Amino acid sequence: MRIAVASGKGGTGKTTVALALAEVLGPRGRLLDCDVEEPNCHLFLDSVPVRSEAVEVPVPEFDPERCIGCGACARSCNFHAIAALGKRMLFFPELCHSCGGCGLACKAGAVTERMHGIGRLEYRAAAGIELVTGVMNVGHPMAVPVIRRLKERTLSDRIDVLDCPPGTACPMVAAVRGADFVLLVTEPTVFGLHDLELACDTLEKLRLRSGVVINRADDNCGGVEQFCRARGIPVLMRIPFSRRIAEGYSSGKRLTECAPELRKELEALSALICEGELVER
Amino acid sequence: MKIAFTSRGRSLDVLLDGRFGRTPFFVVHDTVSGETAAVENVQNLNAAQGAGIQAAVTVANAGAEAVVTGHCGPKAFQVLQAAGIKVYQTGALTGEEALRQFEAGALRQLDAADVEGHWA
Repeated sequence: MRIAVASGKGGTGKTTVALALAEVLGPRGRLLDCDVEEPNCHLFLDSVPVRSEAVEVPVPEFDPERCIGCGACARSCNFHAIAALGKRMLFFPELCHSCGGCGLACKAGAVTERMHGIGRLEYRAAAGIELVTGVMNVGHPMAVPVIRRLKERTLSDRIDVLDCPPGTACPMVAAVRGADFVLLVTEPTVFGLHDLELACDTLEKLRLRSGVVINRADDNCGGVEQFCRARGIPVLMRIPFSRRIAEGYSSGKRLTECAPELRKELEALSALICEGELVER
Repeated sequence: MKIAFTSRGRSLDVLLDGRFGRTPFFVVHDTVSGETAAVENVQNLNAAQGAGIQAAVTVANAGAEAVVTGHCGPKAFQVLQAAGIKVYQTGALTGEEALRQFEAGALRQLDAADVEGHWA
């Protein structure tokens, strides 16, 4: 089972909620940090990776002996990753989407594939949380292949909690796609609500079920609640606006450490998602 | 020698476009015959990525030996360099003005990209 924790707006508390959920799930659960451009779950777990796995994607390699200089490979590339100057090929792996189109387009058999490293997966465990983190290599701009590989490591007998990238662009979509349930973390601000709406629209298109957690909840949650009612999305939990929680977070403490009184609510939330009727069986 | 100018239009008497990869036209001027020809770059205007790379290929296919433009990014420069095309930088308003600067030897030849890439 996969529970994706997403938001729309950045900095609403995805990592806070994802860590807390994984912690209350204990050995049944696992945490996948899918925010591969800026993974941060590990900052809250006092641990070092016990294992690391390279993430590689296929990219083309050009054989100048076989190349007839027709340029079909470059013309086939919608991502403009190949510059064909006669028989001389310039290839830009950071633009390549590994579609294999250039290899199909080449009638001279001059294009083969090699593996190109774009990132890694790091495995670690602490505080009863098993964490797998996706990390992109510096200089590599494409997050999606790293997120996909991370999701391939999902275990069927576990409840995987996915800490998703912010926004509603390709990395977020890649992370939430295929989730059994999406937990949207928002904050009661104009920006929070605006981006929550974008996230809800995105999830609707992807036909994913969702519920909302309001973080930094205070007396101003009316707008978010009204929106959720109108869209038929349940508000499942409120994390109070508290200096204690903010200070704890800033010093690397998890929600369960700086607000232990929330543990029962978090357990209820996980039970509601994992055993309740929120998720279609 | 053929020189490609980045241009807003099809001739040298219109505004020079400071962008290399996303210029609407390249106006290729032949210094021997004095003739100019326009090469469209529209296919790159809305490219999500790699506009500079493909623009450089377009310039190479047009037979230019030099490019006169406002700015040139790292990937475009790499392709132009591989094709043996020199890159000259200008702040001129029109292609004609840039051509006069070029003929007077007043333009600086870039030995590396002068701006960062926009995408990667």
